[in-house]
Amino acid sequence: MTTTPHEAPSREAAEALTGVETTARSVAESAAEPATGITGAQSLVRSLEAVGVEVIFGIPGGAILPAYDPLFDSAVRHVLVRHEQGAGHAATGYAQATGRVGVCIATSGPGATNLVTPLADAYMDSVPMVAITGQVPSAAIGTDAFQEADIRGITMPVTKHNFLVTSAEEIPQRIAEAFHLASTGRPGPVLVDIPKDVLQATTDFAWPPRMDLPGYKPTTRPHSKQVREAATMIAGASRPVLYVGGGVIKAQATEELAALAELTGAPVVTTLMARGAFPDSSPQHLGMPGMHGTVAAVTALQKSDVIVALGARFDDRVTGQLSSFAPEALVVHADIDPAEIGKNRKADVPIVGDAKETIAQLVEALRAEHAAGRTPDLAAWWTQLDDWRDRYPLGYDWPEDGALSPQYVIERLGAIAGPDAIYTSGVGQHQMWAAQFIKYEKPGTWLNSGGLGTMGYAVPAAMGAKYGCPETTVWAIDGDGCFQMTNQELATCAIEGIPVKVAVINNGNLGMVRQWQTLFYEGRYSNTKLHARNADGTPKPVRIPDFVALAEALGCVGLRCESKDDVDAVIEKAMAIDDAPVVIDFVVGADAQVWPMVAAGASNDAILAARDLRPVFGEGQV
Amino acid sequence: MTRHTLSVLVENKSGVLARVSALFSRRGFNIESLAVGPTENPDLSRMTIVVDAESQPLEQITKQLNKLIEIIKIVELDGGAAVQRELLLVKVRAPLAERTQVLQTAELFRARVIDVNTDTVTLEATGTPDKLQALLAVLAPLGIKEMAQSGTVALGRGPRAMSGAGTLRPVERSA
Repeated sequence: MTTTPHEAPSREAAEALTGVETTARSVAESAAEPATGITGAQSLVRSLEAVGVEVIFGIPGGAILPAYDPLFDSAVRHVLVRHEQGAGHAATGYAQATGRVGVCIATSGPGATNLVTPLADAYMDSVPMVAITGQVPSAAIGTDAFQEADIRGITMPVTKHNFLVTSAEEIPQRIAEAFHLASTGRPGPVLVDIPKDVLQATTDFAWPPRMDLPGYKPTTRPHSKQVREAATMIAGASRPVLYVGGGVIKAQATEELAALAELTGAPVVTTLMARGAFPDSSPQHLGMPGMHGTVAAVTALQKSDVIVALGARFDDRVTGQLSSFAPEALVVHADIDPAEIGKNRKADVPIVGDAKETIAQLVEALRAEHAAGRTPDLAAWWTQLDDWRDRYPLGYDWPEDGALSPQYVIERLGAIAGPDAIYTSGVGQHQMWAAQFIKYEKPGTWLNSGGLGTMGYAVPAAMGAKYGCPETTVWAIDGDGCFQMTNQELATCAIEGIPVKVAVINNGNLGMVRQWQTLFYEGRYSNTKLHARNADGTPKPVRIPDFVALAEALGCVGLRCESKDDVDAVIEKAMAIDDAPVVIDFVVGADAQVWPMVAAGASNDAILAARDLRPVFGEGQV
Repeated sequence: MTRHTLSVLVENKSGVLARVSALFSRRGFNIESLAVGPTENPDLSRMTIVVDAESQPLEQITKQLNKLIEIIKIVELDGGAAVQRELLLVKVRAPLAERTQVLQTAELFRARVIDVNTDTVTLEATGTPDKLQALLAVLAPLGIKEMAQSGTVALGRGPRAMSGAGTLRPVERSA
């Protein structure tokens, strides 16, 4: 492909850009008026208006201060968070819930470095996000000036791209490019670093600016020959599995996926990032694959003869030991990022393209296969799959000491709040239970930190999601460890009128680490107990912190539940509160464990349905 | 060792070298040599990267490179289809008694004398990495005081160029 630098953006690119942030409001149109003799800061705010930004999450500070003055008068709303990490995850939650680009803003130095974790998080989970940071004045860069950090250098490995703006004239172009990069191809975070003197300089503004990204041409249209080959392979499969990843949700391809599933009759598994891409109520859905996936989903992949990977990346948490993963399977791998194809698992039919277009074309190609009489018989496969599913359903035991079961709490929460609610989670046991025991029916209703595994994601992500979807109930399902990392954003929620609901699954421990210590470190609980305790390690009857009191201190309604009989009532009570954030402290047993489980680095063949319970797949089975 | 020479056209912008080297570092790819310089187009620079693609398949390296927004095009230049050169400056011990031998060696390898004094001679040699290795092997017994060597630079043979009409085919398009 010939590429000339400085060519005008393609029509598709221009269309993609205008499609980035289409809001009902007419801010964009009025803001796009040209202006002369304005400041760089005004140009920045006009650019954000022109690209259609609805809300920015951030905290001001010295270097970014010039931008906050025009922001004061702008139609773009700013949510003043309590920590920049909260701003970043709120932008991610907003983006995941709405499909738009999430935006956060911070000052130079520590403000910017506090965004590193959410940027890395968004990068791993391919979330479209733009971060704007102030930088020390150009002349001070490189002098170890007050609050100076080389945030462009720091974030190079964790952003899709980043910019250091060197003149005020560049601002509209860089903002346009940042939103284009963030939202097209494989989405991801883009950081724009702007020195203070650039924000203060005088400039002119015109929109839309010319974009100059000669090296960026994502392939969205799949190669038709590859698609036909894939269709032939699928039509000839006797044990196919559709392995669905987060890319299907990003590409808004769930309708196409439903058509493909119906046409093939193949089992579907949805990864942690893809929960909600295919309805859990469908009998074709085997659940989540991977380390804590269902026996049926893990084993279906393991025994399959054709895996159709759609917007998934054969992450180690899905494949287990790579060398023994799905040994008999041929792989069709469709992804928008060519670097994912063949990275971990060799692809027999690679397809580079947008999931929506790819799946739609795959459906057409399969119809042709079927019309030519090549319709596979999957009856024997389904007999096998149903047997696994019936014998090893997801389940849990009640704690022997009579404590509340965390799985039960999460199951009831899902049943009461229903499939229309949005659920966010932190990272750990509660995250896995929320992925397992809540029934997802729609895309964009399950938001979590999949790739990076960022504890503390739930509350700020819920804040962003609730801002983007004010009519939707948003539940943050959090662990007590995670909750203590980012709960300060509940003050933001209370003050800004963002009534999220938080279920703290409070087991007094870093539960997932404790589970590993139980299983792999002879129960030596090194530094995983969060509760107050006596010298011998037994819990003290004091709550530190008291999450109900903490919630109330943060302007929320605080509730507590310690017994099974109260679970439904307290959830119903929280559901009825609409004018304030609510926190429920669910005090649960410390020794509940996440099952099934494939130990880290082990083969998926070695899945345990429950502790010491290895499924029997039987001789002579597939 | 599986050596491959990648010719990479990049936007001539600050930070591009950092992005490329950081990518190699964090993905565990090995760089044998790296040379960066201007091209016929002032907006573009050319990086010639010799990689050891034993631990990681070349395909993954080029795919990851292609994801960098400022990379325009990557072409693999290997074997007979390309010319490859390195530049060597080497300061050799050359007292009068042994000077003739140094100069004869230089002549054999078509190296030029670019500095001389009573004790040493500094030679300039260009060539393929193999030729320069051979030169160094011959000079070593005479006493190499100091040397500086560039990375490999390379161009495809024939009339085609990486940009413009009749272009060389790039490896893998970007994401």
